[in-house]
Amino acid sequence: MTLPAGWEMVVGLEVHTELKTATKMFCGCANAFGSEPNTNICPVCLGLPGALPVLNERAVELAMAIGMALHSTIAPSTFHRKNYFYPDMPKDFQISQYDLPINSGGYLDLPDGSRVSVERAHLEEDTGKSTHLGGSGRIHGADRSLVDYNRSGVPLVEIVSGPDIRNAAQARAYASELRGILIATGASDGRMEEGSMRIDANVSVRHAGEPFGTRCEIKNLNSLRSLQRAIDFEALRQIELIEEGGTVRQETRHWDENLGQTSTMRTKEEAEDYRYFREPDLADLAPDQAWQDRVRAGLPVMPAQRRRELAARLEEPSEAQLDAVEVVIDQGLERFVHAAAEDGVDAALALSRAANELVAGLDGIERLSPASFSATVAMEQRGELSATQAKTVLAELLAHGGEPRDVVAAMGFAQLSADSLGATVAELIEQNPDEWSRYREGDDKLAQFFIGLVMKATKGQANGKSVIAELQNRR
Amino acid sequence: MKTAQQIAHEVQSGATTAVAELGRALDAVRDRNEELNVFLYVDEAGATSAAHAIDERVARGEVVGPLAGVPIALKDNLCQTGVPTTCSSKILEGWRPPYNATVIDRLLAAGAVPVGKTNLDEFAMGSSTENSAFGPTRNPLDPSRVPGGSSGGSAAAVAADMTPISLGSDTGGSIRQPAALCGLIGMKPTYGLVSRYGLIAFASSLDQIGPFSKTVMDSAILLEAIAGHDPMDSTSLPEPAPSLVAHVNDGVAGQRVGLVRELVEGADADVVAAVEQARRALEDAGATVVELSIPEFRLGLSAYYLIAPAEASSNLARFDGVRYGNRIDADDVTAMMEATRTAGFGAEVKRRIMLGTYALSAGYFDAYYGQALKVRTQMIQAFHRAYQQVDLLLGATTPSVAFKFGSKTSDPMAMYLSDVFTIPTNLAGEAAVSVPFGTGEAGLPVGVQLLGPGRSEARLFAAARVLEIADGRS
Repeated sequence: MTLPAGWEMVVGLEVHTELKTATKMFCGCANAFGSEPNTNICPVCLGLPGALPVLNERAVELAMAIGMALHSTIAPSTFHRKNYFYPDMPKDFQISQYDLPINSGGYLDLPDGSRVSVERAHLEEDTGKSTHLGGSGRIHGADRSLVDYNRSGVPLVEIVSGPDIRNAAQARAYASELRGILIATGASDGRMEEGSMRIDANVSVRHAGEPFGTRCEIKNLNSLRSLQRAIDFEALRQIELIEEGGTVRQETRHWDENLGQTSTMRTKEEAEDYRYFREPDLADLAPDQAWQDRVRAGLPVMPAQRRRELAARLEEPSEAQLDAVEVVIDQGLERFVHAAAEDGVDAALALSRAANELVAGLDGIERLSPASFSATVAMEQRGELSATQAKTVLAELLAHGGEPRDVVAAMGFAQLSADSLGATVAELIEQNPDEWSRYREGDDKLAQFFIGLVMKATKGQANGKSVIAELQNRR
Repeated sequence: MKTAQQIAHEVQSGATTAVAELGRALDAVRDRNEELNVFLYVDEAGATSAAHAIDERVARGEVVGPLAGVPIALKDNLCQTGVPTTCSSKILEGWRPPYNATVIDRLLAAGAVPVGKTNLDEFAMGSSTENSAFGPTRNPLDPSRVPGGSSGGSAAAVAADMTPISLGSDTGGSIRQPAALCGLIGMKPTYGLVSRYGLIAFASSLDQIGPFSKTVMDSAILLEAIAGHDPMDSTSLPEPAPSLVAHVNDGVAGQRVGLVRELVEGADADVVAAVEQARRALEDAGATVVELSIPEFRLGLSAYYLIAPAEASSNLARFDGVRYGNRIDADDVTAMMEATRTAGFGAEVKRRIMLGTYALSAGYFDAYYGQALKVRTQMIQAFHRAYQQVDLLLGATTPSVAFKFGSKTSDPMAMYLSDVFTIPTNLAGEAAVSVPFGTGEAGLPVGVQLLGPGRSEARLFAAARVLEIADGRS
């Protein structure tokens, strides 16, 4: 989407990610999604009187890993209490980090070459989850509210970008790239639909070159699509408002996915005073160099570099191939393509099979070794399997496992012999004399006609290139 | 009345039984609890079964522990599984915790028999136990007077010979001041020496659990049993419990003691006289006493009444009617929370929540809470300087002996001044003990306070023991 001439949007994102720890941030309860409500709870995460928090070291390690991947500075930090009343927050304060976060500064490079600065990435605890019955489904006007505290105390990292993003597509690319990093570091499963990653967007507009305008914060965007739509909507709303002579009010806004609109949640005047102060129940957090070094040593290669390494297997990759590279990296499947390429198989063909067939069968990916994948694609490349057969073999390997040769044999995909193919082609030429004569006179399009007939006659077992060779031989 | 040390010895040796000692304690509670309002809840069934279990272990030849069969009273801000825990507040009336405070687990492991929960100023906010939603506790030595507070019930339980020992909590003097007013030993240990897990927080950075007893030795035994690192409390000191009992009779020979001018300033003449006599007793036992001034102590009260309410305003937010305790129904959740808190909290608690909320608010934070933190740092430095010159400090625990009911309730500031001598220790996170020494007005006991640096509990008990002997008690 393009904005009206002369206008520019300024966007900063706050990304909250749940950390993939075994236990919660301050107690030993399981950090698990989808359990029966109020089963993963204890005095600490229920905020019972007298209970005290004890920091989960694994959460600290994952937060450091995120910071390292974002080129942040890891510094001695403290915990603060953010005080406000809300029924799904058991202590009626949230333990968070305030003026001294564990990760300060940093940046994230996007695939399009742009760089977005990171202001901070700090640790905090999640709240419980409310369900409101009756009324509009929001807390006000509800007949009854139910609270599930399983999520209460789940560790979160909030990653705050600088106001460097200039369009919704870039915002989406930032969120997507960040998600890749969170998955790569093992910090998060990146499942936005389960709320593991939630995004708030700060949006303002200005005439290019002017100072920043007044911003609005759109809360809780739960998919990349919502993020992009909400930012575009909000920027246009602000531009229209200003062009009609109005002014933008600093406020928090809610995104309605169905209506495709943002609406006021609360204005700046209604904003809470959180009365931040140091959390007296926790010690300061100052990971020593040895601990930091251990975390750094365990960091995996980040998606951007993995994309570069995979794309380097291709000669002048097309846009579509670059998209396939992104899909394969997102799903962590590049080892299959690299193995095939090392075996001398065409990387483009392997990439295509990985981006399509392997992604479609992700649930069974453990059953397929890179060597089996490589062997299957190699058979396709040599013409021993048709494309359809190769796809079927991969699907079978993903579904039930096994050796490619055995699957090929069991499915009756043993190569049609040249004699048998020749006989089939000869028969079909005889049955279709008009088409054959036109082909012989140079109408190459009719090759497809004959390939179609051969495929039908052989139930897809023939190889297209071999059919063309047979036709050429008889021309 | 037997000491805890005697009871444990006799229970272990078979000379008495835990059941018999509990029976005697329960008789004493029946005799005077209605008059004095010491216990809010007596866990007769739980205590009886605990006492039986100890007698069975003794019968099997097991070594039970240093508190074998000793009845103990617990301030009602300590969580005990299944036992009503109220903080003397209507907002928690009827709540039964599903877990034990760490100190309760440790008491049980040491063989103690928890008898019940004692009255306090609501959420430990007060100095007379008059702020309890369930009526004041009376001083067993003179029922027309207060026992002090906030741990007034735990002090009165020991003073009335209901139990030989009890636990209280001390945020600004809530153990030492009632100990002084009831003629008991009462110690505020070093911050972090005793786990706060399961102590319902008033001001987290100041709260410490500590012992009451009639003898120094009993407090040493009790503190040694409950102290030491607890992985459930991040502010707990890293080391195991210190050796205290072994050092009770170490004396004070060669110790340098500083008599602090600011810790007697404004005190009644009988209190000043007692401190002066304590000074001589320490000198007679071989200590050198010098007079010194620590002007920062004068700032303690102001800093305390910003820091403690600020933390309390946050700690007490959770009492909102959503999950436990009382709920006053209303049209929506915000109105329900407001109605619950309005009905559930007493006047002093509301006063402090408002004070603390104000002190933390945007625009006021730096002038109030931020300033108080600076004073706190100065206080820590002032103590540090003093302890470069001397080993211990000496002063009064509280400006007067036990006062009459209602004499300070109309003027919060007069009540707050009861803690003017005890607050500096909490702000600095250090240790102090109140020791009864002589008598003052109306023959009531006077408390003398010994203060020491962090982890000086053994030294403090040894000095307290010197005063105990000089005062003619054992």
